[in-house]
Amino acid sequence: MGSTNFIGASVKRKEDYRFLIGAGQYTDDVVPERTSYAVFVRSPHGHAKLRKVDTAKAAKAPGVIAVYTGDDIAKAGVNGLPCGWLITDVNGQPMKEPPYPVLAQGKVRYVGDRVAVVIAETYPQAKDAAELIEVDYEVLPAVTDAAAARNKGAPVIHDIAPDNTCYVWALGDKAKVDEAFKAAAHVTRLEFVNNRLIPNAIEPRAAVGAYSRGDESYTLHVTSQNPHVERLLMTAFVLGLPEHKVRVVAPDVGGGFGSKIYLYGEDVVVTWASRQVNRPVKWTAERMESFTSDAHGRDHVTTAELALDKNGKFLAMRVHTTANLGAYLSTFSSCIPTILYATLLAGQYATPQIYCEVTAVFTNTAPVDAYRGAGRPEAAYVVERLVETAARELKVDPAELRRRNFIRSFPYQTPVALLYDTGNFDATLDAALELGDVAGYAKRKAESAARGKLRGIGYSCYIEACGIAPSNIAGALGARAGLYEAGEVRVHPTGKVTVFTGSHSHGQGHETTFAQVVASRLGIAVEDVDIVHGDTSKIPFGMGTYGSRSLAVGGTAIVKALDKVVAKGKKIAAHLMEAAEADVEFTDGVFKVGGTDKQVPFAQVALTAYVPHNYPLDKLEPGLNENAFYDPTNFTFPAGAYVCEVEVDPDTGKTMIERFVAVDDFGKVINPMIVAGQVHGGLTQGIGQALLEGCRYDAETGQLVTGTMMDYCLPRAGDVPSYQLDTRETPCTHNPLGVKGCGEAGAIGAPPALMNAITDAIGVRDLPMPATAETVWRALAAKQAA
Amino acid sequence: MPVKVSMTVNGKPVAAEVEERTLLVTFIREALRLTGTHVGCDTAQCGACTVHMNGNAVKACNILALQAEGANILTIEGVAATDGTLHPMQEAFREHHALQCGFCTPGMVLSAIDLVKRHPNPTEAVVRAELDGNFCRCTGYHNIVKAILAAAPKVAAMR
Repeated sequence: MGSTNFIGASVKRKEDYRFLIGAGQYTDDVVPERTSYAVFVRSPHGHAKLRKVDTAKAAKAPGVIAVYTGDDIAKAGVNGLPCGWLITDVNGQPMKEPPYPVLAQGKVRYVGDRVAVVIAETYPQAKDAAELIEVDYEVLPAVTDAAAARNKGAPVIHDIAPDNTCYVWALGDKAKVDEAFKAAAHVTRLEFVNNRLIPNAIEPRAAVGAYSRGDESYTLHVTSQNPHVERLLMTAFVLGLPEHKVRVVAPDVGGGFGSKIYLYGEDVVVTWASRQVNRPVKWTAERMESFTSDAHGRDHVTTAELALDKNGKFLAMRVHTTANLGAYLSTFSSCIPTILYATLLAGQYATPQIYCEVTAVFTNTAPVDAYRGAGRPEAAYVVERLVETAARELKVDPAELRRRNFIRSFPYQTPVALLYDTGNFDATLDAALELGDVAGYAKRKAESAARGKLRGIGYSCYIEACGIAPSNIAGALGARAGLYEAGEVRVHPTGKVTVFTGSHSHGQGHETTFAQVVASRLGIAVEDVDIVHGDTSKIPFGMGTYGSRSLAVGGTAIVKALDKVVAKGKKIAAHLMEAAEADVEFTDGVFKVGGTDKQVPFAQVALTAYVPHNYPLDKLEPGLNENAFYDPTNFTFPAGAYVCEVEVDPDTGKTMIERFVAVDDFGKVINPMIVAGQVHGGLTQGIGQALLEGCRYDAETGQLVTGTMMDYCLPRAGDVPSYQLDTRETPCTHNPLGVKGCGEAGAIGAPPALMNAITDAIGVRDLPMPATAETVWRALAAKQAA
Repeated sequence: MPVKVSMTVNGKPVAAEVEERTLLVTFIREALRLTGTHVGCDTAQCGACTVHMNGNAVKACNILALQAEGANILTIEGVAATDGTLHPMQEAFREHHALQCGFCTPGMVLSAIDLVKRHPNPTEAVVRAELDGNFCRCTGYHNIVKAILAAAPKVAAMR
């Protein structure tokens, strides 16, 4: 058999070959017979009444099959898009849930809002015809800024929320926090914006709906991170279709980062329309549509305060955040600035009291939802900017101030609802300081200064909650869905294995990592295991991939199914070896009777299960095919320490990242190569947020000013350094793999480390993100003037 | 008005009737059904649609099929050997985990081959600067840079 333990091995990815030869199958590659093409007409205004949508000319244009408007959709009884999480406000009232129509009804509320759809024989014909739709807009004043939306006299976006407020929500004991602040020896206070980001997966969203009249069924190919959730929401809430008659396939998906979690109106429209026109209907976003209509991320305005005693011990934290939800409630929008944000404000520290109040508002901007990190980057930014700033004010080494406050005893109940099961924050910080050669920093700073450059160093010690989530806890917090995962292990007669998972890979490498887990458990080769994901017709069920949950939740579901396979295999092996089941052991792919030379390989047991001639048929069903659902008992808590060193050119304000060190504790690591890749990508998105990316709307018109890749600055290869990574392992205590999740860490930990470094370099208290050369240069100029 | 366009793609002569406004990438993806060439931005910024035209990397979303009349086009489907053996650049991407979702990968590989043609012995700084026209949102470029540096001597030796 050879060695069959692949845990911790950097196995090369199984999925790479098809991607490298151009044989990946993405949604836009799917072109069923008789496909027709959809083009959406979108609002060019941030806020306007729809007086009239005249489709007559478009309907007569060459190749046009159908044109639909909001009225048509309403007449057909198509419902709006649901929100998956109910937040209850400080007064015990449910959040305001305005309708989110798939095609605008009476009003448009952001640039990019869908007004109508044209379906034609070819894509160019649909595009030409869309130009012929005449929309009579009565333009209304728009409001794009979250704080401004709360002002008296601000334009009202939804009638049911006259103050544009979706909810005011709070977590923590306000009275105790206020009391602690009164007793504080020192208070550090910061006000900042967590800048709005546009996800920009390189594959644009796409959807191909196909209706089959013969059996009244639908197939939707779609760029989704969670096809079952997409199907459930669409069938049960929006279209009222029988769930079993709808197949949703998310094939190869070209990056998600959160933006492909949600049910979008385009997906609904192509599915619905495919029945109306009795043809497959295909839509693929142009990049401009990705900018205007993919759900955006972040966009918080925050005031945060940290109270410390005379020894630098944290006493309390008080945070007020205004969160911009955009024009409508996207699928998970409401839980991001609340449940996934305020609960992380303890960070790695034993702060006894924390209070956080969040005001969530509607604006004339694209809906805002989870984007890589989803609430946790915002929390880490609050905590780590505060802690670093407090250290500077108290003239204490920022690493030392952190150490004085680290949580060291586990399990640890935070004052903001989470129970950390395990961690070792000293280990990651010590390793990061060493790997980053912090001891040699003073020398490097002097060298920079000799060249007229400003060198700075910044730390961040982040924690996140992953492996979302225990369904009962999530339900109590307002989730309208369970958050378990499903897996099925199908052992074939020859002993080869196909595994069906409800997790979805859109770059994370599940086909390899999950296969390593399965191969290790069954003692077979990685090549003998295939992982199937992304198709509701094949997989029992699935909640999908987001929140770094796939291995911790989806992987555990597979492990549970594998346990059943092994348990049944033992029964079969016991029969074959004429031994007691209790005496059968399974190691390295062989069933053995302890203390004897009796043994049966896994493949023979598999064959026996399917050719049950010598088989206990009276006691055991034939076959070897098991499934399992796994609902986690707690979140997992990846954590780490990042050290960033920058050099700023005072003449231009340009920041160069000289070193970036990330030491993460993801619990057990299955494939270190893949984990490092996840960290690289996360760090780059985090650096993008801190240094380059910032979505801008024109405050008066609601125009998206950063609507192309030339206006919105995505990180290029020359903008980022090569990274120095390491890991420390404290295994998660409540899943059998001991894993925590690694997909978002970089995006969570990087922004505060980088902003701490730049503010250190130029000697200012705070800077807005993105810290572009202009921003840094202006801050330096202002400092000089002062 | 449909017009006839003909060219050589991955060593094979091809011809089709297309509308004049048809982009090269549309011709490749839809007329030829070679879907390895991807459209990421349709505005010549992301580089996912990169192919080689007469030996040079071009963004296929930014030229018309007609402009490629008579040209020699190489797409990702033509990069590996006919028996499926990966080109050294593809192999280096696999070896160094230089791809995740795979969407930018075909354009990235074709740009990387072009890069090494112009810079047979590149430094990290050169590789990073030369990748200016190709976005990757997954890898943070770290492993792409490593892969290109590792493949460069092998690719340079091929010519």
